[in-house]
Formats: sequence, C-alpha cells, structure tokens
Amino acid sequence: MTTAEEILIDPALERVRTGIEAFDDLVMGGLPRGRTTIVGGTPGSGKTVFATQFLAHGITVLDEPGVFVTFEESPVEIEVNMASFGWDIRRWREMNKLVFVDASPRDHDQMVVGNFDLSGLLTRVLHAARNAAAKRIVLDSVTQLFDHFVAEQTSVRRELLRIATALKRDGLTVLMTAERNSEYGEISRHRIEEFVADNVVILRNALDRERRRRTIEVLKMRGSRHVEGEVPITLVVKQGIVAVPLSSLRLEQQSSTKRVTSGNPELDRMCGGGFFRDSITLVSGATGTGKTLLVTNFLAGGAAAGERALLVGYEESRGQIFRNARGWGVDFEAMEADGRLKVVCIYPEAQNLPDHLLMIRELIEEFKPDRIAIDSLSALERIAPETGFREFLISLTSFIKKHEIAGLCTATNKSLVGGQSASEQHISTLTDSIILLRYIQEGDFMHRGIMVLKMRGSEHDKQIRRFTIDGTGMHLGQPFDGAPDVFGDSAASWREER
Amino acid sequence: MSVSHRSNPEANGLLRLYVAGDGPGARRALASRLRIVEELAGGIEIQVVDVVADPDEAERAGILATPTLSDESTIPPRRLIGDISNIAQVLDYFGYRKKDSGYDHS
Repeated sequence: MTTAEEILIDPALERVRTGIEAFDDLVMGGLPRGRTTIVGGTPGSGKTVFATQFLAHGITVLDEPGVFVTFEESPVEIEVNMASFGWDIRRWREMNKLVFVDASPRDHDQMVVGNFDLSGLLTRVLHAARNAAAKRIVLDSVTQLFDHFVAEQTSVRRELLRIATALKRDGLTVLMTAERNSEYGEISRHRIEEFVADNVVILRNALDRERRRRTIEVLKMRGSRHVEGEVPITLVVKQGIVAVPLSSLRLEQQSSTKRVTSGNPELDRMCGGGFFRDSITLVSGATGTGKTLLVTNFLAGGAAAGERALLVGYEESRGQIFRNARGWGVDFEAMEADGRLKVVCIYPEAQNLPDHLLMIRELIEEFKPDRIAIDSLSALERIAPETGFREFLISLTSFIKKHEIAGLCTATNKSLVGGQSASEQHISTLTDSIILLRYIQEGDFMHRGIMVLKMRGSEHDKQIRRFTIDGTGMHLGQPFDGAPDVFGDSAASWREER
Repeated sequence: MSVSHRSNPEANGLLRLYVAGDGPGARRALASRLRIVEELAGGIEIQVVDVVADPDEAERAGILATPTLSDESTIPPRRLIGDISNIAQVLDYFGYRKKDSGYDHS
C-alpha cells in the first residue's frame, strides 16, 4: 500500500507514551502521535488491559484525556474488570477525563438492506473526543464491529478507514484492538491491519511446556524504527502490563572498583581482595559441595560490614536455611531482627519467570539491599522455557548491576564430579566472576576443591584449593598437587571462555 | 421477518429515522420517509434525528449506522439499516398494514 503519507515520513515523529515503560523503549519512546496502531491478540491475551493502560497513563500522568469506544464489554463491565489494576475509571468519567462511546451489543432486531455508512458511530466518537478534549482514543475491539455487520464486510472496511482518517485529522492517537484466531497465524481476523494500521503490535499468550508465556511483539512501525522480536510481559495487580525486555536494555552500568567481602577472608584473598561492588558472581558445584555455605558467608559478611543483605531462596525453606546457618555459627534471626537481612523463600513453580523477576526487582526497590544472593538459579531453570531463562538472567543481572548491588548466584551441577549445568552455560558470559566448587578424588580420598575460574577486571588466584567445612564454616587449605580435572568431559567450552 | 411485533397494527405508530447530515444517502432516506408517511395516510409518525446535529441522541440510542429506521416502542427495538425505499418491505418489517393494499411498490 503506497500512500502519500508513506512518502511524507516524519523523521521525528512525536511519541505518545503508553505507560508500559519497557514497551515504550521498544518503540523508541511511545506510539507515534496522530497515528493508528492495531493491537492484535487472541482472547485473553491482554488487549483490553493494554488499551486501558494506554488511556490511564494519558489521563493520570500526562493530562491527556481519552475516549474509550467499546464494541464488546459495556462501560460498567470495563470499570469493574480494570479496577484490579488500580484504575479508577468511574472517577475519570466523572472528571470528564475519560468518555465512553458504548457500542457494545444491545438487544435489538436488525436488518440491513443496501448501502449504509457508520456516520452514527463516527459522529458519536468525534463528539466524545471533542467533549473530553481527548488526545487518545481506543476502539476495542474492531473485530466486533465486523461481527455486528457480518454480511457487510466491505462496507465496514470502508467505514473503519473513514473513521480512522477522521480521527487522525483531529490529531488523535488511535489504538484499535483486533482479535486473532491463533498465536502464530494471520495477524488479525478480517485482515484489519492491512488497510487501517500505521503500526501493528501483537500480544501473545502461548502455551509453552504446559505454562503460559505472555509476550508482546512490535510487528510494524510505519516510518520509524522499533525493536524486533517477542518480549515477555506479565500482568501485575495495581500496575497493568509490565514488559520485561531484553534487547532494549542498555549496557549503562558503570564498573565500580570498590571491593566488598565475600564473607570469607581467604576467599577474598583468592579473588584479589574481595568481590566488586556491582558484580555478579556465580558459584557452581554439585550438591553438598558448599554452595549454600558460601551464600551464608556472603550474607553474614555483608551484615557484619554494616550492609543490608537479601536472600532469595528457591531450594530450601526459611526453617532449613536458618538451621543451616546456625550449624555454621551464623545467626540469621539476629541479622533479620537488626534489619540487616531479609530472607524470602518461594517455590519456583509458584509463578512464571517474569513474575519472579518482578518480585526480585520489587524486593530490591523496597529493601534496598547492598548485596543479594539467589540460591539457586538451577531451581528456577526448571520452570523456564529455554529462551525465557536467558532473557530472565540478562534482565536480572543488569537490574542488579544498575542498582550497584553485589550479587551471588548459585548453580547446581547434575553430576557430582566435574561437568557443567545448563544455567552455567547461560550465565557464564553474563556473570563477572565464576567460582567452582568440586569434589576431587585424590587416591582413596574425596576432597572438596574450590577455584576462582573467572574474575572480570582483576587478578585472582588460579590454583585449585582444598577446603573443609566444620561447625564454624569453610576453611581453605593447600592447593592440590598435580592437575585434577574439575571440568569433566565438557571442559572445552570453558577453556575457550577463558 | 413478517411477524408483527406491534400489539395493535391499526394504532398510530412512531418510528425514528436516524440520518447523518444532508448527503445523498440522507436525502434518499428523507424522501422515502415522506412516501412511507403518505402511504399510511397519517397512521404513522416518523421523527428525524440528524446524528451530526444531535450526537447525544445517537449515543443514547446506540446508533452505529445511518440511515437507520428504528421502532423503539417494541421490545427489543427493531432496526432497519440502509435502503428504506422499498416501502412494502419497510412496512412489512415493522408490522404495519398498508391502507391501500392494491398499490404495488415493487
């Protein structure tokens, strides 16, 4: 479709922020003002939430009133359904910041003969927009309009285009929702996007390994750039849609040279003086090698230095974690009572990965810790679709670093000696430091060994050191003689990494 | 479509005709309105609502399309959208009996 408009591409289209923060980043700041955007999705994909949030942000933040043209639910139903997101639609209506055009199905008999137009709808919509001095307008969903005039598809297409053109002429930014039949089929029923849309956004709610995976994708932005690909989203009470983007994250974290203690002076020495303030360290090892002990030391060392420490546990209950700590001479109860420690335990299966990410982000924003431990990433990986886990890790690590927090994550090896876990593969390039804990056989004895495999921006001890665990914690001993194989058969990729 | 919804087909009825402005479509509909009223010789009244002049009324009645001829006295309301020039069809749809049954409109 070549139109005059396509030739007149405005290099600096003014942007209308949707209030879905990460989504606005995907579309370079928001939806282009005075354009028409189609938001397509299957039933239950969050179209109405997206549309309402777009209006809500305009009304509550930017003082841009809106019009909601509803073809499906009645205004009262929308009021009720959207209340859980914290949107006080009734008040906005009373303040004339939001005006509804109620085109929801009404009970009447109808017969269509010959030609008609939708001037009734158009004048109602324009009247409402002028009434409220609206800047934003939502039509939800236009598919219903087609269903209302089921035998007159050509007329509806013509009229919808006429309505879109009239709204644009009035400078309104238009958001139309459209139904889709399947997650990966045609863009919308009636191919609405082909004749009326400047921009196309797709919301998906796909089943992936028995779990719902919600995503948003910007398919087309006429005359401007956008970030491509699906980005995970989640629906959050009191907020609405929250996108959890990967590609729009900027590498803006500054690197600190300030060191913090790992909680173990000997390990600090191995790392060349401790962990960096805004770095992520991965501790990898088989079960029983001492990962949780390192976590405990890390938290206790922070608290002792006057820092605030946050633990997000995915493997053990609070009771177990506190008992373990006591067994190594660390009193978590006292630390929590002092407000220096917060321990949050949750089953990985309790929620989806994007929700876990949001939970951690909220915890960080509330508690404002100086250090955070996550035990373990492997447990989280159980619930994750593959692509989702990498996105999760990138988002998480960049969020932690942005807040200049020292992070410690654990990953569990499936095999007891050597080997690497999938989370290691994902995270090895994302973390600044990697510490390996391994069972190492020497003659008839099984020892524990620790080594600092990678320490970004710092010298570190390259030796594999023996260590023992007793009632007072971890004790480092002499290096191993000879060269034990700490990698098992999958050594090649790790060595390349180095 | 020929079933009457009117409790008393002999009584005077009230219909509303929703048009938009004074374009060709509206003018055709208004001309048809006059013929219908004539046909029933005062047995029917058709109020004209210009949705452009009175969008609030269009909102109240939930009008999407024009022209729409509507009988809001029945439950549910009956609406005929589009071309209302076929008077026999219109009267039949709304359940009116012609005064002069010998006249053929088709």
